[in-house]
Amino acid sequence: MLRLEQRAEPSRAWSIASPVLALVLTVMIGVALFAALGKDPVRGLEIFLWEPINSSYRIGELMVKVTPLLIIALGLSVCFRSNVWNIGAEGQYVIGAIFAGGIALTAGKDTTHFIVLAVLLAGVVGGMLWAAIVAFLRDRFNANEILVSLMLVYVAEQLLNYMVFGPWKDPQGYNFPQSKTFEVATQIPRLMPGSRVSIGIVIALAGVAALWVFLFRTRAGFAQQVGGLAPQAARYAGFSSRKALWLALLVSGGAAGLAGALQVAGPIGQLTPYVPEGYGFAAIIVAFVGRLHPVGSVFSAILMSMFYIGGELAQSRLGLPKSLTGVFQGLLLFTLLACDTLIAYRVRWITPKLLPNAEGAEKSQRAQRH
Amino acid sequence: MMDTYALLIAATLNAGTVLALASLGLLINEKAGIVNLGAEGMLLCAAIAGFAAVVHTGSDWLGFAAGIGAGAVLAAAFGVLVIWLNTNQYATGLALSLFGAGFSAFAGIKYVQQRLPERPHFEIPFLSDIPLAGPALFRQHPMVYFAIALVVALIWFLDRSRAGLVLRSVGENPSSAHALGYPVRWIRFAAVIAGGALCGLAGAYLSIVYTPLWVEGMVAGKGWIALALTTFGTWRPMRVLLGAYLFGGVTMLQFQLQGAGVDIASQFLTMLPYIATVVVLALISRNPAWIRINMPASLGKPFYPGS
Repeated sequence: MLRLEQRAEPSRAWSIASPVLALVLTVMIGVALFAALGKDPVRGLEIFLWEPINSSYRIGELMVKVTPLLIIALGLSVCFRSNVWNIGAEGQYVIGAIFAGGIALTAGKDTTHFIVLAVLLAGVVGGMLWAAIVAFLRDRFNANEILVSLMLVYVAEQLLNYMVFGPWKDPQGYNFPQSKTFEVATQIPRLMPGSRVSIGIVIALAGVAALWVFLFRTRAGFAQQVGGLAPQAARYAGFSSRKALWLALLVSGGAAGLAGALQVAGPIGQLTPYVPEGYGFAAIIVAFVGRLHPVGSVFSAILMSMFYIGGELAQSRLGLPKSLTGVFQGLLLFTLLACDTLIAYRVRWITPKLLPNAEGAEKSQRAQRH
Repeated sequence: MMDTYALLIAATLNAGTVLALASLGLLINEKAGIVNLGAEGMLLCAAIAGFAAVVHTGSDWLGFAAGIGAGAVLAAAFGVLVIWLNTNQYATGLALSLFGAGFSAFAGIKYVQQRLPERPHFEIPFLSDIPLAGPALFRQHPMVYFAIALVVALIWFLDRSRAGLVLRSVGENPSSAHALGYPVRWIRFAAVIAGGALCGLAGAYLSIVYTPLWVEGMVAGKGWIALALTTFGTWRPMRVLLGAYLFGGVTMLQFQLQGAGVDIASQFLTMLPYIATVVVLALISRNPAWIRINMPASLGKPFYPGS
């Protein structure tokens, strides 16, 4: 029978191979799913894995999705590495968007482009404030951060609805629940004409570098992670677990808020009830598939974005619902967790014979030979 | 006026039943030491499975069975991962919730505009004619009474039966249970399946009885609230049930206030159950000693039999 045997130390090779194997498994399930739905599996794979990257325009669109996913995932990597389970990034993203939108709406005809800085800053502050509620309740009242952060997602979405159905509703908007379109001055600068890619992707990549330095080259980054790996060791070393909790939540909340700001002042350009697009949840998968490593997150963010674009293409080309994206994203995390077992364990085939019997059989064989 | 109160009580019990079924299921999981954060995903998949089954067969009971089946299957996948592959319970549950949200949306797309056959009306003869108490308590769907019976059964099972004792020992101290020769992993697996089945029943009740329709994401956080309720009820079935009714009441209060024309934006009323969950969690968790006494000691911790 198959048996798991603990490795002496975690396998580095499997820690890199596991996401690849998980992707292969997800693709195989995908092929089966396409076949079951009566669609050509090869065409399905092409739509999810090749078409999203086969033209410069598509790659641009891919980067538009990579930007928020990567920024949120970087923040969550800090959180999960510190063993703080903030799963409400979606809510922090929405509050960031509301704060950023509030600043963007104050812009007039003669506002200069510098307002973008204020818009982004407002997003960060909004996200941090929302995550600070989680940190406060955890720190002061010991309330479970998983449930609190998740509940606050629903509260944040209702706040957004209130703003766009109420005070911020565009009077000239034919009664649609949406704010007026932001002034051009508030638009996040784009990298090049003809593509929607903004400086957000540059910020995201700078974040990758900054996070790498913080996690692997600073004492503060080390202290932050020890609490997650070995709480007792952290206590003996004098690293404050409260500080780690607050830092983890503020960093991840701020990152999610920044992503929200980049999104409303970028591709969306106004506040609508459709601002929450699930990036906050998808980024959890990005962070795990990217091994909670800044560079790994770049690859997983690209992969997850391909799933998004693939889902949209599958809707228009194959007439399949767009929610296929969510199915594949969920499957990827599931298979990844299963494959991750191979990092800490090796699979052994053990013959299901009882040991004494096996010895006895051997002895009797030997006896026969003599 | 009395009728209004009666209806409010009836609606509260109805709303509370969804939460109670799910939360009692999660309670069984947690008594065995397993936290399943996938409740939301199981409720969603069970809701669409149950709804689709009723659309195709016309039978509510087959719908409930389909919901139970969907919940149990998803729980089994979760169980294999966390129990035999020793994956992180939080991450795996989260994966289940994310997958369930995607899969239910995908599978449910054809059912968005569908309607169920006419809903049956239930009443208990004679008792339902008592003024106030009749319409409030005795005109409910059988599942409402089932939830109450389940609480009684669970109290007996956990506190009085040998099997319940074994289940609790697995959640408190799996190593000792293992040393005594109990199959810890299989007991945990059975608890996970039972929890998934009850979450499935809750999801099916939601889409078949409570709001007889299918909308993407219709569970709207009830799975997470059910998770919070086990802490709120300090892992005691009766308290969990009362907590579920309390939250059912908060949900109803929101509609009641809206109907009464209270001058608060509807969005703030919709927030109420979520804010209530946060407040209640903070208040109940405030005293760590109180939680530690009641919480299964090995909750969330993996168990590897030493071999």
